[in-house]
Amino acid sequence: MKKLGFIVNPVAGIGGKVGLKGSDGEAVLKKALDLGATFESGQKALITMKALRNVADQLDIYTWPGEMGENICTAAGLSATVIGNIDSGHTTPEDTIRAARSLRDLNLDIILFAGGDGTARNIMDAVGTAVTVLGIPTGCKIHSGVYALNPRNAGMLIAQYVRGKVRETREAEVMDIDEELFRQDIVQARLYGYLRIPNETKMVQNLKSGRGYSESTSVELLSNYIADTMEKDVLYIVGTGSTTAAVMKKLELPYTLLGVDLVCNRKVIASDCTEHEILEYLDQYDRAKIIVTVIGGQGYIFGRGNQQLSAEVIRRTGRENIMVAASKNKMLSLFGQKLYVDTGCEDVNRLLCGYMRVLVGYGESMVVPVTD
Amino acid sequence: MAKVKVRNNFQQARWNEPVIYELSTPGLRGIIPPLVEDAIEAGISEDACALPDGLKRKSSLDLPEVAQKQVLEHFLHLSQETMGANLANDMSEGTCTMKYNPRLCETLVANPGFADIHPDQDVDTVQGILKVYYDFEHVVKEVSGLDKFSLQPGGGNHAVYTAASVIRAYHESRGEAEQRDEIITTIFSHPCDSACPATAGYKVITIWPDEHGMPDYEAIKAAANEHTAAIFMTNPEDIGIYNIHADKIVETIHAVGGLCFYDQANANAFLGIARAKEAGFDMCHFNVHKTFGTPHGGEGPACGAFGVRESLAKFLPVPTVEFDGNHYYLDYDKPESIGRVREYIGQSAVVLKAYAWSMMMGAEGLKECAEISVLNNNYMLNLMEKIPGVAHAFQGNGIIRQEQIRYSFQPLREKYDIGSDDMNCRMGDYGIPWFWSSHHPWVIPEPMTIEPCESYTKENIEEYCKVVETVAKEAAETPELLKNAPYNTAMHRRIKEEELDDPEKWALTWRAYKRKHSL
Repeated sequence: MKKLGFIVNPVAGIGGKVGLKGSDGEAVLKKALDLGATFESGQKALITMKALRNVADQLDIYTWPGEMGENICTAAGLSATVIGNIDSGHTTPEDTIRAARSLRDLNLDIILFAGGDGTARNIMDAVGTAVTVLGIPTGCKIHSGVYALNPRNAGMLIAQYVRGKVRETREAEVMDIDEELFRQDIVQARLYGYLRIPNETKMVQNLKSGRGYSESTSVELLSNYIADTMEKDVLYIVGTGSTTAAVMKKLELPYTLLGVDLVCNRKVIASDCTEHEILEYLDQYDRAKIIVTVIGGQGYIFGRGNQQLSAEVIRRTGRENIMVAASKNKMLSLFGQKLYVDTGCEDVNRLLCGYMRVLVGYGESMVVPVTD
Repeated sequence: MAKVKVRNNFQQARWNEPVIYELSTPGLRGIIPPLVEDAIEAGISEDACALPDGLKRKSSLDLPEVAQKQVLEHFLHLSQETMGANLANDMSEGTCTMKYNPRLCETLVANPGFADIHPDQDVDTVQGILKVYYDFEHVVKEVSGLDKFSLQPGGGNHAVYTAASVIRAYHESRGEAEQRDEIITTIFSHPCDSACPATAGYKVITIWPDEHGMPDYEAIKAAANEHTAAIFMTNPEDIGIYNIHADKIVETIHAVGGLCFYDQANANAFLGIARAKEAGFDMCHFNVHKTFGTPHGGEGPACGAFGVRESLAKFLPVPTVEFDGNHYYLDYDKPESIGRVREYIGQSAVVLKAYAWSMMMGAEGLKECAEISVLNNNYMLNLMEKIPGVAHAFQGNGIIRQEQIRYSFQPLREKYDIGSDDMNCRMGDYGIPWFWSSHHPWVIPEPMTIEPCESYTKENIEEYCKVVETVAKEAAETPELLKNAPYNTAMHRRIKEEELDDPEKWALTWRAYKRKHSL
């Protein structure tokens, strides 16, 4: 018997069809409804829950009232224990956070939530990486790697999780863009943190295939390799993300998960640096290397979640001194795609385009096309 | 298509056979060997029999005590619970080339004239098997165009590891071993093409395919540099696509000073049609248990014939088998050799079978073998393409497939949550052996790799496709039927995969099982 938590952000995605590119904030929600938008998040989540009927006898479901889960469970013919209380018709991100916290405290096996990038951030704020979760993509923006490919696949994945076919978990990026800027057609994605999801790469956003590969082994091997081959007196600019954090852990150094740290001779020179600070340090060293990972399901190496590594930083470090490292799983999930750069500078973008090696193990790499 | 015969009422024997130790009765004897004759015993001094204390067994030998008939029954039961190549329609094992292994060859190796010889005998007394080695080497030289072969490696992977060793010896001889520490391979080459160089200490660079499914040539150009020791590539790759840029790739690697190794595990596609030499390769190998009709060893005896150009012959393992015009001999005089890679001269029984198979086929027969394999495969593709729910890798790229294809049940996964494992379990209920999905990790989702080589008839192919069609239809109509399959095979479905991850539960030997379960 598995214990499943279920949370729906009922307003997720409401702005999309009326051209608002997001649903965050009460004013936007009102505008969306004025423009004729309807609540579709619950309907999409229903597709997921219907796919769980076959394993219903192996599931204890816990959810929140009304449109936050109860109604969908009822419509899917699934019995569920309902906890918490809401002001129906007026749910807010705070409700998502409250719901996630209450479910976290029940020691569940997994929490299934329906929403978009904003919802993923709420869930992350509430539970961090303490609980395994999975997102049903119902929001306008899905940049985070924590979502199933579609609502139906979310149901299939949970069914496999319940049957014990999927056991390993991994951390996946929670990304979001600034919605205010996005409505002005300015895309600026940020890495906000991580959630823990089932390591079933076939059904998660942008993760199309592959199985049987241990995420942690791959990261361990590449971290060992980077640590073993670090050169003396070279300034290492260590980018954001959990893969580069693993390198820092291997070196037994403190690190900033969502920031850029500088290392030389196995010592931290500076932590959580701005672009300006990195440029100042670059002046002091003859040689420097940048270590970055592939961010998010979209495959960005520069320009998403690591804007501190600016065009100028890249230009001064030199293309040949960039080390890209990512787990084999992540690379296989991007199979058939290119890696992306968006440094804001066409010249530097062009400099980075072409083929790059991505370190995936101990001295083992894949050659992948990069584009802007 | 004529009426296709499908084994709808297949039912495999299921014996619930105990481990032979569980059949043991203390004191029971199947064979009682004669005692040593007095004259012999008297002739051996006590000192000659004396073992050092450390080598002496402190308890009696733990062997099962069973009668001869019980042993026969036991192994017949086990054999009935397998679905081996000689029993069923085994085109299932794509990339393995499960062709017919002539029974005649088994008779040859059982002949006392061969079976009773010992590798320590003086070469003058084993001229026959040395001639077989020498002549079979000529066969593989002719088929590949390369100049010198070693038949010592004990299988395909071993031959590939031997290639990595020869490459290091070559670069050492030029003072470049330290500089050249990278080996390039491609993602659809056999995984041993990355595993063997990595085990030999090389950094491995993997190339992804382009949009047509061929290794991305531009990526290879970008990866090749002064650190490149070699490229290891299979062609056609395991998805059945022949790389038409092979000669260009070879030129690129040679231009930076690297060597080129051709993994010919999939040689059934081009026997007598294309050769490693003309494509410019420096080295190649054959899995004789695939291409040359000898049985697959099941981790046991096999032979990976490893060949090189003349310039690399001095690095080959010793001894090589040579002929001085009237006498065959073993040549150890190769100071730059990488040394021995296997005891004696390798698996002579396998070489004898491969030689016999080649001589029975003849040169024209080898070419026909490739032609029929490719024809069979494309006939099968034609049938499979009509089955709803079955796709294949890089479908619609306009490239004619070679001798095997990596199919995909991803459409069934997306629609009905049915994948490769479910299809596999249910196809077993129709008497089809467990098919080969893909090497891991799966790059093509929900894969199935099928290789209907020259041994299979049109009827075999049609039966196979009919079973796929039947089960794919069941997937659409009654997916739960597949989720709970198989029903009629000796094999069970693995319900709790996590048990495989628990080192406290699984055991590879009876002794380990007893220890872990406190028996």
